[in-house]
Amino acid sequence: MKRRDFLKNTMVVIAGASVPLSALEFIDPKEVLAANPQLHWAFLINTYTCVGCGFCVKACKTENDVPFDANVSRTWVERYVYTKDDRRYIDSPKAALYGFTEAKIDLGEHLGFKDIDPENVGKAFFVPKLCNQCETPACTQVCPVGATYKTDDGVVLVDRSWCIGCGYCVMACPFGARYFHPVYNVVDKCTFCYHRITKGLETACVNACPFGARKMCNIRDINDPITQIILNERVGVLKDEFGTNPQAFYIGLASEVR
Amino acid sequence: MKSHVWRPLYVVIGIVAAILLFREFYVPDNFGSGEYGFMYSFHNKDNEEVWKNQPLMYRDTGKQKMHEYCAECHGDVVDVRTEDLHGIIPCENCHGPALDHPNDPELLVIIRDRDQCLRCHTLLPYTTSERKRIPGIDPTEHNVDEACVDCHDPHNPRLEDM
Repeated sequence: MKRRDFLKNTMVVIAGASVPLSALEFIDPKEVLAANPQLHWAFLINTYTCVGCGFCVKACKTENDVPFDANVSRTWVERYVYTKDDRRYIDSPKAALYGFTEAKIDLGEHLGFKDIDPENVGKAFFVPKLCNQCETPACTQVCPVGATYKTDDGVVLVDRSWCIGCGYCVMACPFGARYFHPVYNVVDKCTFCYHRITKGLETACVNACPFGARKMCNIRDINDPITQIILNERVGVLKDEFGTNPQAFYIGLASEVR
Repeated sequence: MKSHVWRPLYVVIGIVAAILLFREFYVPDNFGSGEYGFMYSFHNKDNEEVWKNQPLMYRDTGKQKMHEYCAECHGDVVDVRTEDLHGIIPCENCHGPALDHPNDPELLVIIRDRDQCLRCHTLLPYTTSERKRIPGIDPTEHNVDEACVDCHDPHNPRLEDM
């Protein structure tokens, strides 16, 4: 072998060996699309525009057949009050079903109400909450009977005919979004109004909000105006450290909001 | 290796095979997992349809569309509402869910309670909240026993037009 041929062959072999196997694989666009469906629901909440009217909670309870009087709700609104003497008060009386019609803070069942001097209020705001429809939900992992699951379009649902009501998922949810339904005796949770969004309608809460504090979008569609807000503006999620990848994004989060 | 090592292994393999076989027959056919795999989405596929077919209540979608639908019959009322004030409130928030109205429900139940107005118009001392832009009253002092609608027009709440 001539020296020239030896060098030439060496180059060819090295070049050939450096091509990874995956580069030669034929990519079927259909397969790629199937692996990444073009629909994935996400929620955007603007805490700046929420005034705590509670119309969303009422609409949710009406639409989804959640008992009005029972102290359970798929969605709720929290009030955060920071006083000038550096105390923080958080409450959500009746899940804000009737809004916040008193300045008094509901401390809980046995603690009664707390009057706060208006002069002492530093800042205050309202935060709507609902199921975050996490990308890797803790609640569906712990279900022992396969009754709760994530759909391909990213919504976590509960199969009422399979749920045995053990409550593992209620405990596993870091956000307290699940509760025990007093009528059906199974676990219930926000479904992003699955019966509405799959028909092209808005969820009941988005629909009822007069201030546009709640919005929904398809996060896989980058032309969606709400997706653009999530992509381009400063949004946060609750309890990121739990690693569940929540799909409800918040504008104007404070560290006290968890 | 001697057979006394292998024998328990055959037993274990046999048990695993038996469980897999039992599972094959016992798990209903409509069970499966989707994009999120066995860990997050092993479920009865038929249940997705159950949730999709829940009954609808509210009309939707978006305030503008709803107002357009309502205006077909109630145009005079819809015209009155002021876009910057109560025009932002969807009709159904006070008039109730109206999916198949006027067929079912034939008549809507209008909520005229003070509580309905107080959701937004209770005076709360929160100067940093959006709430500060909304005129508020103290419900224990402001015309206590009267209904709000006796004086205020909910469709056009402008005080000058009263």
